[in-house]
Amino acid sequence: MRAQTDQQKTEDSKHLTMLTNRSKQVSNKEMTLAERMYLPAILGGLAITIRHFFMKKATIQYPEVKRYLGPVFRGHHVLKRDEQGRERCTACGLCAVACPAEAISMVAAERKKGEETLYREEKYAAVYEINMLRCIFCGLCEEACPKQAVYLRHDRMVPVVTSRDGVIYGKDKLVEKLDDRYVRNNPDVKATPTEPTLSRSVA
Amino acid sequence: MDLTVLIIKSLVILAIFGITLLIATYSTYAERKVAAFLQDRIGPNRAGPLGLLQPIADAGKMFFKEDFIPAQASKWLFILGPCLAMLTALMSSAVIPFGDSIKYASYDVPVQGLDVNVGILYVFGVVSLGVYGIMIGGWASNNKFSLLGAIRAASQNISYEVALGLSIIAILMMTGSLSLRHIVNEQANVWEWNIFTQPLGFVIFLTCAFAECNRTPFDLPECETELVGGYHTEYSSMKLGLYLFSEYINMFTSSAVISTLYFGGFHYPFMTQVHDALVGSLGDVAGHNVATLIGTVVLFAKIFFFIFFFMWVRWTVPRFRYDQLMNLGWKSLIPLSILNVILTGAGLLYNIKYATWAIVLVMVVLGATNAIKAPRRKPVAVPQV
Ligand code: SF4
Ligand code: SF4
Repeated sequence: MRAQTDQQKTEDSKHLTMLTNRSKQVSNKEMTLAERMYLPAILGGLAITIRHFFMKKATIQYPEVKRYLGPVFRGHHVLKRDEQGRERCTACGLCAVACPAEAISMVAAERKKGEETLYREEKYAAVYEINMLRCIFCGLCEEACPKQAVYLRHDRMVPVVTSRDGVIYGKDKLVEKLDDRYVRNNPDVKATPTEPTLSRSVA
Repeated sequence: MDLTVLIIKSLVILAIFGITLLIATYSTYAERKVAAFLQDRIGPNRAGPLGLLQPIADAGKMFFKEDFIPAQASKWLFILGPCLAMLTALMSSAVIPFGDSIKYASYDVPVQGLDVNVGILYVFGVVSLGVYGIMIGGWASNNKFSLLGAIRAASQNISYEVALGLSIIAILMMTGSLSLRHIVNEQANVWEWNIFTQPLGFVIFLTCAFAECNRTPFDLPECETELVGGYHTEYSSMKLGLYLFSEYINMFTSSAVISTLYFGGFHYPFMTQVHDALVGSLGDVAGHNVATLIGTVVLFAKIFFFIFFFMWVRWTVPRFRYDQLMNLGWKSLIPLSILNVILTGAGLLYNIKYATWAIVLVMVVLGATNAIKAPRRKPVAVPQV
């Protein structure tokens, strides 16, 4: 019986060791006199910390210095225009459906004659609003969009809002400016595996 | 007492009071900076250049927080607690000799709040009073965790005061005086600084000073992991501020006392030569005063080093467990300090100044042999998969 439990125990411990390979057996051995005097260990610790005192600091002075957050960072939304500068969004509402935070709302409108240079599709979003207090920057809107119209910029964050009026971002803030086109600087990164890369469609 | 002496005296006292407060204020800043640097950060740097206005910002924050007194608390004692902590903390720096003396016409005024001939006893008494602030605050909060913190503070202070007192006794035996100025003057020669004649006493005193100040690794009264916030769980606003602030004042005072007792106070190597040279070139009065100033600066350098040391240790050593704390206090420090007293006495009898080094030597040898003989802790064999 006893041998059996012992067997079990070793099995268990073996299993644990295999899991992370880092488990250690607790040692309750009596401390030596030097260890019980604490002083050698404390001096060793002090030496370690004072070395860190003179090391290079890891701090990045955030608002002044910003570090590159990678090509897949999900920041400020942008409603893309196509190569000819026409808005891509067709107000299908799939992004609003996909949004887990229900942050997106829009009003669709039909493209009139003569507006072909403004909107790519026959139906477009006359109003397109994202509530930035609700948005959790999950990027699901980007993935849902069949027209590659909405993206989350990797290089820009939504700034801090200090009043409720500034919370809802309309088309004025979301639609890509013609002189400020958004390019993901790593062309290999795609929002979804199937879509064409962003930079290809930008002139 | 003459009016001039009175004026100089009050100026000195005011200066010491102001400097104590100022240093305590900037200790909070230094603490955060030191902590940051030891952790590879750079610490507060937004309020003013290099973050130097941070303490003012902190105090402002403290003042504008809600000053809350729990309904079940004993109101007056609740208010009295932090006041008492602050009061006792501020009192103890009065007897520390910060410098030699200022000469003014025919007067010779020592740079010291007051030179009582029982200076060290005064410090001792006031420091032990300090725990009342914590006790009263913790008890008056009517909160289990506060009370536990207060009880811990009390028992810890009592335990470590014994060893503290015993380590001081060895110094008193060597000096033959309780006056702090006398103790400092005894250490005029660098090799007779008490750190060299009383190495073991110094280690014991330092450890106990940490415990008396409730600083890590002995900050069990405010152990967050076990007691929420310890004795100041229920405190907010400036009352909490006073508690935190008194801790920094205590740290300053302990550093000053350590420098005074063990590191020769305002003495530095070649002090008499410097003094003579200054008196020779600047005249009797001005030269003497400049020499005093240098001594004071040296003392403050020592004090700052120890304040830094307090912080350095705080961000290095983790908190002791309570039984470890008590074991260390009662089973190690007290017997060792008694041994220290005995050996100092024996040394005095045979006129050997450096007798207590014997204990240090024996301990080092014992520790080393013990460590060598001890069975190695084998690294656990990892089964190869
Ligand atoms: S990022 Fe997520 S939460 Fe924000 S709008 Fe898009 S889908 Fe909604
Ligand atoms: S952004 Fe895309 S998903 Fe959303 S409404 Fe426009 S086209 Fe449809």
